[in-house]
Amino acid sequence: MVKAITNTNDFVVKFANVNGSGSASANELFARAILRMGVPVSPRNIFPSNIQGLPTWYEVRVNEKGYLGRRGGVDLMVAMNPQTWAQDLRELEPGGYLFFDSSKPLPKSRFRDDVNVIGVPLTEICNSTYTDVRQRQLFKNIIYVGALAALLEMDIPEIEKLFGEQYKGKEKLLGANVKALKLGYDYAKEHLQCPLGIRVQRANNVRDKIFIEGNNAAALGCVYGGATVCAWYPITPSSSLAEAFIRHCQKLRVDPVSGKNRFGIIQAEDELASIGMVVGAGWNGARAFTATSGPGISLMTEFIGLAYFAEIPATIINVQRGGPATGMPTRTQQADITACAYAGHGDSKHVLLFPEDPKECFEMSAQSLDLADRLQTPVFVMTDLDIGMNQRLCDPLKWDDKYQMDRGKVMDYDALEGGKDFGRYLDADGDGIPFRTYPGTHPTKGAYFTRGTTKDRYARYSEEGPVYVDNMQRLLKKFETAKRLVPAAIGRPAKQPTKLGVLYFGSTAPAMNEALDAFDVQGINVDAMRVRGFPFGEEVIEFLEDHEQVFVVEQNRDGQLRSLIMNEAATDGSKLIPILHYDGTPITARFIIGEIAEKVAILKVTPIRKVAN
Amino acid sequence: MTYITKPKLHHPSLVKNQVGYTRRDYEGAISTLCAGCGHDSITAAIVSACFELDIEPHKVAKLSGIGCSSKTPTYFLGNSHGFNTVHGRMPSVLTGANLANRELIYMGVSGDGDSASIGIGQFAHSMRRGVNMVYIVENNGVYGLTKGQFSATADKGSKSKRGAVNTDDCIDLVMMALQLGATFVARSFSGDKAQLVPIIKAAILHRGAAFLDVISPCVAFNNHEGSTKSYDFVRDHNDAVNRIDFIEPRAEITTDYAAGSLQEVRQHDGKVLRLRKLSEDYDPTDRIGAMNYLLQRQAAGEVVTGVLYLDQDSQDLHGSLNTVGKSFNRLTEAELIPGSAALEKINATLR
Ligand SMILES: Cc1ncc(C[n+]2csc(CCOP(=O)(O)OP(=O)(O)O)c2C)c(N)n1
Ligand code: SF4
Ligand SMILES: [Mg+2]
Repeated sequence: MVKAITNTNDFVVKFANVNGSGSASANELFARAILRMGVPVSPRNIFPSNIQGLPTWYEVRVNEKGYLGRRGGVDLMVAMNPQTWAQDLRELEPGGYLFFDSSKPLPKSRFRDDVNVIGVPLTEICNSTYTDVRQRQLFKNIIYVGALAALLEMDIPEIEKLFGEQYKGKEKLLGANVKALKLGYDYAKEHLQCPLGIRVQRANNVRDKIFIEGNNAAALGCVYGGATVCAWYPITPSSSLAEAFIRHCQKLRVDPVSGKNRFGIIQAEDELASIGMVVGAGWNGARAFTATSGPGISLMTEFIGLAYFAEIPATIINVQRGGPATGMPTRTQQADITACAYAGHGDSKHVLLFPEDPKECFEMSAQSLDLADRLQTPVFVMTDLDIGMNQRLCDPLKWDDKYQMDRGKVMDYDALEGGKDFGRYLDADGDGIPFRTYPGTHPTKGAYFTRGTTKDRYARYSEEGPVYVDNMQRLLKKFETAKRLVPAAIGRPAKQPTKLGVLYFGSTAPAMNEALDAFDVQGINVDAMRVRGFPFGEEVIEFLEDHEQVFVVEQNRDGQLRSLIMNEAATDGSKLIPILHYDGTPITARFIIGEIAEKVAILKVTPIRKVAN
Repeated sequence: MTYITKPKLHHPSLVKNQVGYTRRDYEGAISTLCAGCGHDSITAAIVSACFELDIEPHKVAKLSGIGCSSKTPTYFLGNSHGFNTVHGRMPSVLTGANLANRELIYMGVSGDGDSASIGIGQFAHSMRRGVNMVYIVENNGVYGLTKGQFSATADKGSKSKRGAVNTDDCIDLVMMALQLGATFVARSFSGDKAQLVPIIKAAILHRGAAFLDVISPCVAFNNHEGSTKSYDFVRDHNDAVNRIDFIEPRAEITTDYAAGSLQEVRQHDGKVLRLRKLSEDYDPTDRIGAMNYLLQRQAAGEVVTGVLYLDQDSQDLHGSLNTVGKSFNRLTEAELIPGSAALEKINATLR
């Protein structure tokens, strides 16, 4: 007999579909229904760079404990794409379940001996129920959700409730969907053994959490942070961020009396133009941002350098993906750290923020607008495809109504009229940050000519060496100030004191949290710290000093954060051990545990078990 | 060398305009361009236009790319904010600036290299978006600042100073602006102040993308025999289609004009542009006619100047984007931030 995986509320379902077949909404329905049963899920889209016809996958990890990282391995494959059948079959864990459309008989050789096969004649059911071709296609997806609901013991009323919300006021559609769901459910109940060894059981671990894509949350953050100008050029995986900003603005930012917009969004001709517009708006005192990905950053680099030297606020949300051209780029990576930290020509470096999930995408996008104004410099929000384009369970978004935008050091008419000394590049307060004026402020005072490098403290043209050096030193001082303003790193000490540490950031967080829990159980003691901003704050420096070996976990080939640490935190590189995952799939706890456990063994570090007191 | 300011000793007899400024108040630092450079004449024309239009200098924002031409914003309107951006990218920065504050006048200065080569994309797209601005290309057919290479506006067959012949076809920015939807298109010559100053004034008053191609000889690299952007060549081949005589609200006609030689064009704000026709059947409100005329005359080797096209009911980017009247940079928290209650509602839809 074939072994069968048994597990309640802890398994991975993967849907293999054909792009453009309408499966996306059915798959999301499946994930949401489990959430409604109080069981956390984390779905991930895996899609190729095309629109229609090619394969796409949707992988749902169901995990009662709330681990949201990718697990790796598949327990139940919903194989709806004949094209990828062999590959999909291979991915199944032994004892896993293969769900497929059994309308056409398949030879035994197409299956595996060690997996459980569940056939549902989806096409047959559809063809005998619907005459319309499109309906046959769309309802096939709902029918398989119905069958899965029976197989996994999911609550049908929860799914019906979701339909009710989705098709409010469209009773006909609602009825048709419920009917399709029942078709699948009833077929499974009648013909198959329900439930399977894996199943969902009602729990209470979702509570008030929300289910949102990072890009959507970041867009909301820009609305709440007071951005009025957005200029962008479409690029996966960032486009949905700008598109979400458009939607939110249309709902939240239209003057109720005049019907006019308190926002200006431009789909620019390229990224050179989108960053140029952001820089122009920032120069003129509006909060502005762009959303892009790696190739866009490359094109923006000249402007980013200019904004650094001319000291102009600009927010750049980089939804990172793989390297150049097309293909891998629709996969996830954290591989633009170096490119962003040092974007520009001449000596320049930039403020980076690293959100771990949609909630931080929201908070850090809003905060980046404050930081850009306060520091008068480009600020990058370094999210990625994994956070940006997947719905992720996270705490509800919160807003403090007492919030006031920090517009930074802006000299207004009264200050100028009152005779305050205005030097555009003068360090008036000792923090390296000069005052600026908005164009048009005062008839005779406060105007200046903005250019890159060739200027003195009063923005007068100068090509003299000492004047240049003076300005460059002040910019360094400003960067020092930034250390105190960026979000601080968050530490998680091990159960026992240890000289081993691990640094990580961004979308690695869910996998890392899971790995750290596992280390706790295994008695491997590693102090962890999640870096949230660059330049690195004091806490990061101390962490590095306090540990003899520090793993740096990242999703790129070259250990880019590690290099940044070596460059900017004056640390001996030999104690920084890279843990690198960069095949385009999101990093997993399994990977981290494997790598670190192996390296700990090699280091022959015996975990300190007793607390020295 | 560092910074050169002109002594600001105001002569008491200097006349003030209606907003209380003298012509000197519209000047900037002393030019560091070559003596005789066409760009300096354009600077002077901008100074005159702003002075005569009674514009408060600080209500103008000057933006430019990189090049000798793009340096000139330092030399006019010293009390205005200026931004010397990067090569070829003035239009995007200006677009963003314009979005942030719709209450200022935007003056974009560029060169032929800046706009017809590296920045041709941004030039084109700012035209089709209808950004409310005056976009001046100081066109000398060469890269002045990098010492005399041909630019994309150099005519095919024209000769460089060293005798090399340009084999590439030229890009005519005026034709492109017409084709791309600019709502005010003019060409002039830095050596013809009488034509240039009123054109700049009309462009400033225009709502929408106003594009001016001003031929501006480079005395250092492109003013020789065989160049089609030299003072002599342009003087000899200048086919001016019209001259602006007045830009006034309800201006009275005080001069005698020959019948049929006068065309009055009403602007969106009620101001009337009175054009004295120099070419009988040229109608600057006819975009297609203008393009035809230009093609014909240019084929004959002429440089057509004047107000070439003008859309009386022009729209601008703010109009297309339906933005509020209050400038974005003055909007407050109450106007921008939806608050925690709205966020709670959003949270509720995400469960
Ligand atoms: C990205 C970049 N490439 C090249 C240059 C060098 N460069 C400076 S000005 C210029 C050409 C300027 O020509 P034009 O716009 O016609 O101005 P002119 O000097 O003729 O007035 C070039 C190529 C630059 N500044 N930036
Ligand atoms: S090089 Fe040519 S364009 Fe530049 S300042 Fe001299 S004359 Fe003018
Ligand atoms: Mg030139």
